[in-house]
Amino acid sequence: MAGVEIRNLKKYFGDLHAVDGVDLSIREGEFLVLLGSSGSGKTTLLRMIAGLEHPTSGEIYIGGVRVDGDVPPRARGIAMVFQSYALYPHRTVFKNIAFPLEASRVPRQQIEAKVRWAAEMFSISRYLDRYPRQLSGGERQRVALCRALVRDPKVFLLDEPLANLDAKLRNTARDDLKRFQRQIGTTTVYVTHDQIEAMGLGDRIVVMEHGKVRQMGTPQDVYEDPVDTFVATFVGQPPMNLLDLGDPSLPPRTLLGFRPEHFLPRSTFAAGEDVRAFRFSVRRVEYLGSDRYVYGAVAESATPDATVIAKLPGTIAQAIPEGETQEFAVPRAALRYFDADTGLRRRS
Amino acid sequence: MKRVALYAAALGFMVFAGFPFYWMLVTTFKQNRDLYVGASDVSHIPWIFNDPPTLDHVRLLFGETEFPRWVLNTLIVVVAVVVITVAVAVPAGYSLARLAGRWGERMGMGIFFTYLIPPTLLFVPFSRLVALLGLHNSLGALILIYPTMTIPFCTWLVMGFLRSVPWEIEEQAMIDGYSRLAVILRVAPRLIVPGILTVVVFTFTLVMQEFVYALTFISSVEKMTISLGVPIALVRGDVYHWGSLMAAALFTSIPLAIVYNLFIDRFIQGFTMGAVKG
Repeated sequence: MAGVEIRNLKKYFGDLHAVDGVDLSIREGEFLVLLGSSGSGKTTLLRMIAGLEHPTSGEIYIGGVRVDGDVPPRARGIAMVFQSYALYPHRTVFKNIAFPLEASRVPRQQIEAKVRWAAEMFSISRYLDRYPRQLSGGERQRVALCRALVRDPKVFLLDEPLANLDAKLRNTARDDLKRFQRQIGTTTVYVTHDQIEAMGLGDRIVVMEHGKVRQMGTPQDVYEDPVDTFVATFVGQPPMNLLDLGDPSLPPRTLLGFRPEHFLPRSTFAAGEDVRAFRFSVRRVEYLGSDRYVYGAVAESATPDATVIAKLPGTIAQAIPEGETQEFAVPRAALRYFDADTGLRRRS
Repeated sequence: MKRVALYAAALGFMVFAGFPFYWMLVTTFKQNRDLYVGASDVSHIPWIFNDPPTLDHVRLLFGETEFPRWVLNTLIVVVAVVVITVAVAVPAGYSLARLAGRWGERMGMGIFFTYLIPPTLLFVPFSRLVALLGLHNSLGALILIYPTMTIPFCTWLVMGFLRSVPWEIEEQAMIDGYSRLAVILRVAPRLIVPGILTVVVFTFTLVMQEFVYALTFISSVEKMTISLGVPIALVRGDVYHWGSLMAAALFTSIPLAIVYNLFIDRFIQGFTMGAVKG
């Protein structure tokens, strides 16, 4: 087992700076999620760790050994699961899982035992004689994980392994994946564009944009204390509300940010609570069972047309009529301030 | 109702596709009188045997021409050209698609364009080359020249095919313990079998039907290929030995049709299915 150390890593494709100076320190046994939209450089970063892509500059260490240069993928002690699973179409499930062992010339009995152990772990023992084309998406995904597992890698690299599963399956697969990672305790780097996956799986999350790391921290850090407006709006569904109030008590050009779940009717707060109140003109209410999303605008805003969203838990029964203006409020502790020009957080 | 229309359409296509074969078949075994009387007698029905069938035309083809020899020559040329084309075009296509980055694509297009130069422009320089190498009037000339047509196109074909084979399977093999060379030699060939078969079929077809170069470079009857020998020997002045011509076409095309239909389809099916999502 080993950690991964990345120093000032860059990858340019011509004028495109896919990865633009990334520093990361991934701890031993950690589950680290690279989160970003497509084109943010997260997959390129992962592929450089795997050795499938040569960095333009910078350093990569796996378990203290420098590997960026000429260390080929097979010698890096990694296992990777691609989004497409990349199973060998002409090999049975057994042969697919056995492939990395055959490649490193493990004796046959050992291969047999190891494949059966791994297949047992992911409950795919029944499918060992089938071909990939005879399996469902979820089964293929588990075969791919099995094949990664039997290598005894120092680091797992997972590139959106759940993206091709349907929504229902994704939930259980996420749970399986996390339990499995805890059980074997191998350092894991996981790439996704899905922030729910990132929040649910990661010990820490790295939010990337345009090849740069915007923020690195625990899911709580990233959610509660976003460093800038990009992270604030990228993480969280619905995203954080950002308002330009033109408030004279704040420094000029300040954006006020608050999460939709903190933006509730004034009456739900105690009279003495330290809140900031707004007049919220409700445009539309979306009933989602466990929650209600209320869309509207805040009259105090310098741009009164900007949509503001409130997320009311099902426990608040109060009627919210569409088309009326209501008194809403946010606890002061939940307010975040950002510089309108740079997008950076203001800590005052 | 929809099914009926579908079957009717399928039947129509079948008749359309099968008619030339039927025509070859009846012409091969018809007596000359039955073949030619239609020109003066409009009441004559051309698509049935009006007189009893005959083997005369087949006897002429096998007995009085070098047809068996031409079949053998054609096979020699075809096998040699297929081997050369696969040996060159598959590695070339693979390198251009997988290893040459962005320039690979452009070079692939460049190579493809050379295929578009018509043979009639090329046989003057080619004949000098063939004379220089002492290959005139030998099968060696064809074996040298045909790959200049097949390799560019097949290289491009392999490149296109590789675009549909996910690169990730090969990357996975590199992570799983193979070097790039081992991947190329041991993993990739299995994945591109359908592409290789397409190259074989294309090369086979092209060489079987090539006429212009064969006419230019081969002058002795015993060195000819089917596509050259048959028209040379069976079209004498303005006399067409239709029965024997059709017999030659029939005996050449039937085995090929069987091979294509039975084997190629089955080979291609299911090779890449299930490798990636879907």
